[in-house]
Amino acid sequence: MLEIKNLEAGVDGKTILNGIDLSINAGEVHAIMGPNGSGKSTLAQVLAGREGYDITAGSVNYNGQDLLELGPEERVHEGFFLAFQYPVEIPGVNTTYFLRAAVNAVREHHGKEELDAVGFLKLMREKIELLELDESLLKRSVNEGFSGGEKKRAEILQMALLDPKFAVLDETDSGLDIDALKIVANGVNQLRRKDNAQLVITHYQRLLDYIVPDHVHVLVDGRIVKSGTKELALELEERGYDWITAVQAA
Amino acid sequence: MSSESEVIDQYVEQEYKWGFYTDVEADTLPPGLDENVIRHISAKKEEPEWLLEWRLKAFRHWQTMKEPCWPQAKYEPIDYQAISYYSAPGAKDKDRPKSLDEVDPKLLETYDKLGVPLHERERLAGVAVDAVFDSVSVGTTHQEELAKHGVIFCSFSEAVRDHPELIQKYLGSVVPYTDNFFATLNSAVFSDGSFVYIPKGVRCPLELSTYFRINAAETGQFERTLIVADEGSHVSYLEGCTAPMRDENQLHAAVVELVALGDAEIKYSTVQNWYPGDEDGNGGIYNFVTKRGVCRGARSKISWTQVETGSAITWKYPSVILRGEESVGEFYSVALANLAQQADTGTKMIHLGKNTRSTIISKGISAGKGQNSYRGLVQMGKNATGARNFTQCDSLLIGSRCGAHTFPYIEVKNPTAKVEHEATTSKIGEDQIFYCNARGIETQDAVNMIVNGFCKEVFSELPMEFAMEAQALMDVSLEGSVG
Repeated sequence: MLEIKNLEAGVDGKTILNGIDLSINAGEVHAIMGPNGSGKSTLAQVLAGREGYDITAGSVNYNGQDLLELGPEERVHEGFFLAFQYPVEIPGVNTTYFLRAAVNAVREHHGKEELDAVGFLKLMREKIELLELDESLLKRSVNEGFSGGEKKRAEILQMALLDPKFAVLDETDSGLDIDALKIVANGVNQLRRKDNAQLVITHYQRLLDYIVPDHVHVLVDGRIVKSGTKELALELEERGYDWITAVQAA
Repeated sequence: MSSESEVIDQYVEQEYKWGFYTDVEADTLPPGLDENVIRHISAKKEEPEWLLEWRLKAFRHWQTMKEPCWPQAKYEPIDYQAISYYSAPGAKDKDRPKSLDEVDPKLLETYDKLGVPLHERERLAGVAVDAVFDSVSVGTTHQEELAKHGVIFCSFSEAVRDHPELIQKYLGSVVPYTDNFFATLNSAVFSDGSFVYIPKGVRCPLELSTYFRINAAETGQFERTLIVADEGSHVSYLEGCTAPMRDENQLHAAVVELVALGDAEIKYSTVQNWYPGDEDGNGGIYNFVTKRGVCRGARSKISWTQVETGSAITWKYPSVILRGEESVGEFYSVALANLAQQADTGTKMIHLGKNTRSTIISKGISAGKGQNSYRGLVQMGKNATGARNFTQCDSLLIGSRCGAHTFPYIEVKNPTAKVEHEATTSKIGEDQIFYCNARGIETQDAVNMIVNGFCKEVFSELPMEFAMEAQALMDVSLEGSVG
């Protein structure tokens, strides 16, 4: 589904991603872990198509398409999704209106007719129960005044509505207490299918107790230095990242 | 990150959809301004002597005045002798249509194209329209139905002829001929406009609206609108404006006077979409307008709502003088300055009576190289016991070459009066646009969505039929802004 080869990228001449190789198949969940500043969020942003990053080498093949050639909204139309680490507030824009615009933009791309307000509300009600999200949030402006946990749950609601083939969750666990974490993880797990895939980016092992990955990769200095199964995450939890960095240096 | 400025640079590639010219024979005065021109205009309109005298007094006073230089706008000095002060469609006076049925089909077509059909069968339901083309009114719809309720809605010229007592009583009673440079010029040379009178206790059954169209080149438009709402009456009035695309600037100096007697309510809405000029500041309308209402009677109410997307320069401050006890003044404004547009707009709320209240909601949007200024005065007179004002003044910036400025003036002479002022400035951030992109929403749609969200409070004040139109107009005015 996603094949990253030797990806190098940076900002203002400073290299952040230093040759990433990663292959993800349909039906798989991968986790990327790493210390602060290792390039985790940059990888997420580059995959989502944020401008301002210089991509100096490498390629990303997504279902036979060159992902890097697509504009950010085109990636979404093709089933790519990024759950933001810091969801953005958009004052004045009603959340329900925003979500419907997003869903209809994707539907339009696939030649499906637009959902009207009633049809959309029905779809949204289904998804909202999954996430135990307070419906009154949907009447407010996008992310405005949401608590950290509400923002993250709203991200997963968006994911559920857009039903992506490939989703990146960028530190979705940060700022969540254990109850919120369970709700978010439960939502994500329910969206797992044989024909889609997820890449979970996290600093802590904690999230992986609830979203169990098939593969775990450790990112240090913009490079994947170790890959393994979910046991690797537990080992990291126990020994910290220094252990890996030390092995690297040796 | 670099992308934002590039993306926003393309803001300027918009197209003005109303920029066509109608080729009709016109009776146009040669450029220039002196007493003869004023006598000529007055004679054309077969005006009574008192009105000619009033015009001449204004003209003589105007000659002693200096053009104001305080607005936050830069432009070359206007040559008042290079402007033609009168242009009417139809070559000779005798060709002038007597009713809508006799109007030149080309003119009717023009209004069709603008989305304001005047023909009987296609007229907008529930809206009566007075159509002003350059210096004259070409026709007013639904007059018979309005007459049943005693409502007078006609061109200013007709009102002078048919209701001279009302005109003599109220003309210049809110904006005197000595008021300011542009209002005084208007008083001397005004050609046409609309007149509305709502009798006591009548709730006007239709929305009233005037559609102003500048067509002729090198012509100024100087219309005058007067609305009188008698005791306990209610009226909602809307004006719309467009003009052809031209390289030279054209002057539009209008005066609007509103009079609300006891318990009367006037709601005045404007969708101003004069040609804005191009991205280098060539062409476009200079919109120098004086609008003022007086709440004369107790518990009367005047509400101004304006959506200003056009004009090269906008200079207008729709104001309310709150004389009657417990009278209410409101001002809701969305002003867009895109391309090289300059807008200096706001309001004045003059509280004279006890327990008077006013609300000001101003939303300024700056894009391209546009400069947007809010200028407002809240004055609490010494007798304005218990008066209150709330002002909210928000600015939204799109891109990094535009500007937003705020000049609030507050004068309080009564210790019991309360004045509140809130202001915010925000910028459509690259992160907001990227967030929308990352949900499949294209950049242009994202900008429109954010701008419309910003304007929502004001759009919701427009009459229903026009709220959607205003939103669509805002989208079109921002079109091509992003790639």
